[in-house]
Amino acid sequence: MTTSTVPARTARRRRAGGTGSLSGPTGLGLGVAVLWFSLLVLIPLGLVVTTAFSDGFAGFWDTITSPQTLSAVELTVVQSVLVTLLNVVMGTVIAWVLVRDRFPGKAVLDVVIDIPFALPTIVAGLVLLALYGPQSPIGVNVANTRSSVFLALAFVTLPFIVRTVQPVLEELEADVEEAAASLGAGRLTTFRRIILPSLVPSIAAGAALSFARGISEYGSLVLLSGNLPNRTEVVSVRVLTYIENGDPAAAAAAATLMLVVALAVIVALDVIQRRVARRG
Amino acid sequence: MASARLREPAPVRWGLRLLAVVYVFLLVLWPVSLVVKYTFADGLTALSTALTDPDVTHALWLTAEVALSAVLINLVFGVWISILLVRYEFPGKRALSALIDLPLSVSPVVVGLALVLAYNPRTGLFGTHLDAAGIQVIFATPGMVLATAFVALPLVIREVVPVLAEIGDEQEQASRSLGANAVQTFRRITLPSIKWAVVYGVVLTLARSLGEFGAVKVVSGNIVRQTQTATLVVESKYQGFDQDTAYATAFLLATASVICIVVVSLLRPKDES
Repeated sequence: MTTSTVPARTARRRRAGGTGSLSGPTGLGLGVAVLWFSLLVLIPLGLVVTTAFSDGFAGFWDTITSPQTLSAVELTVVQSVLVTLLNVVMGTVIAWVLVRDRFPGKAVLDVVIDIPFALPTIVAGLVLLALYGPQSPIGVNVANTRSSVFLALAFVTLPFIVRTVQPVLEELEADVEEAAASLGAGRLTTFRRIILPSLVPSIAAGAALSFARGISEYGSLVLLSGNLPNRTEVVSVRVLTYIENGDPAAAAAAATLMLVVALAVIVALDVIQRRVARRG
Repeated sequence: MASARLREPAPVRWGLRLLAVVYVFLLVLWPVSLVVKYTFADGLTALSTALTDPDVTHALWLTAEVALSAVLINLVFGVWISILLVRYEFPGKRALSALIDLPLSVSPVVVGLALVLAYNPRTGLFGTHLDAAGIQVIFATPGMVLATAFVALPLVIREVVPVLAEIGDEQEQASRSLGANAVQTFRRITLPSIKWAVVYGVVLTLARSLGEFGAVKVVSGNIVRQTQTATLVVESKYQGFDQDTAYATAFLLATASVICIVVVSLLRPKDES
């Protein structure tokens, strides 16, 4: 990316802030690292974008406006938004309970929250199928329905908002709340006026991560949603179908759409984090 | 802990507690425990049948090989990039720092597609040259290692960067001014202070690598006893109506990943206090 400019900067920068200069070997090391990152991530992703437009813009447009792709996009976006809204409420509640409440078994709850992060996605699908599939012991069968997409996304995105809100809640000083209480504010008013505003950036950051994960989810849906075209097929599955049908241009077009969303989320996160850093 | 007058009224407190516990129980704990129950429904039969199935054993060894290679690559690359990002100034640093997180938001299927486009032997930008040199990447182990390294790339970096930024570089500068070279400084000063962050990063990378499914499915071709990993076995056994083997393999994968997160949660508080 910028390796060629590195040697020119040798021995010029030695700032007081603790940032070192790039001497010869370090500059070379940066070059190797950036080269590996380019070979592994940047160039392959770039090829996705160029392949998407290999039949011109019309080819790209035809693919992403075909009824089957549109229906997959609609399903994916709507379910991701709904799951993110659910997570905004439930993630904040769980984080609150983990920080402010004390009860036996809380440590277990804290560990269980991380299971969806660690569990392989295909196992997550299998696990949900055990309780909410055709052989459900409680008689709830969502397999092959649109609700199954919602369920799978709720499972895999559970930790995001909990884990972004929890540390912020732990750091909140009690004296501001005490001041509010001593001035006559009820608990609800204190929460709404004092606590919630300081949680909003972390909730937003968690929501962005949760939405991005929802849009890109694949593994947990394979066994659960049945991948029925126009009904339970999400964008990832659409991309895979295009690949398996030997149509890389169409696959790349749908994939590019997802990449744009992923990039937008990253930019949004960067902006949110910078705003938080400025405030803190 | 909040003082007494900042506590919620008991009904609110109980309501929130109940809501959180019931939600997590229904969404995570109950379904996960059912898979454990199904695996041991006939005692150890399902597990021993799975472990004697050559499809499964081959897949488990392959998964271990791919995951360990990816962990090793991401360990070296991750620590090195973290040091560069925290300790040095260079043009494009902010862009690189933001792009590092990209793999976390890219769909695994898109990761697979991207690698196929770059490394397939017929039309790939690099694949045609590698093929001419006799190196097969796609539908072979190297491609699966690349796919796994891609999806798990940010995990080590995200753990190490904050710790490096926190400790500052005074000790490193002291060490350098006392005549230690870069390698000695890294081994004696930097490494001990980021040790635990590196361990968390590696454990998280391992969990992610063992469980990768979508990206590996696209680049591996899913060939039984050749490029089929454990997660792919779970899918094909389940769809082939061999549910007992699917549950048993899923149980093994779930056990490995739960061990990983328990290890991290046990290590973490000790380090912070």
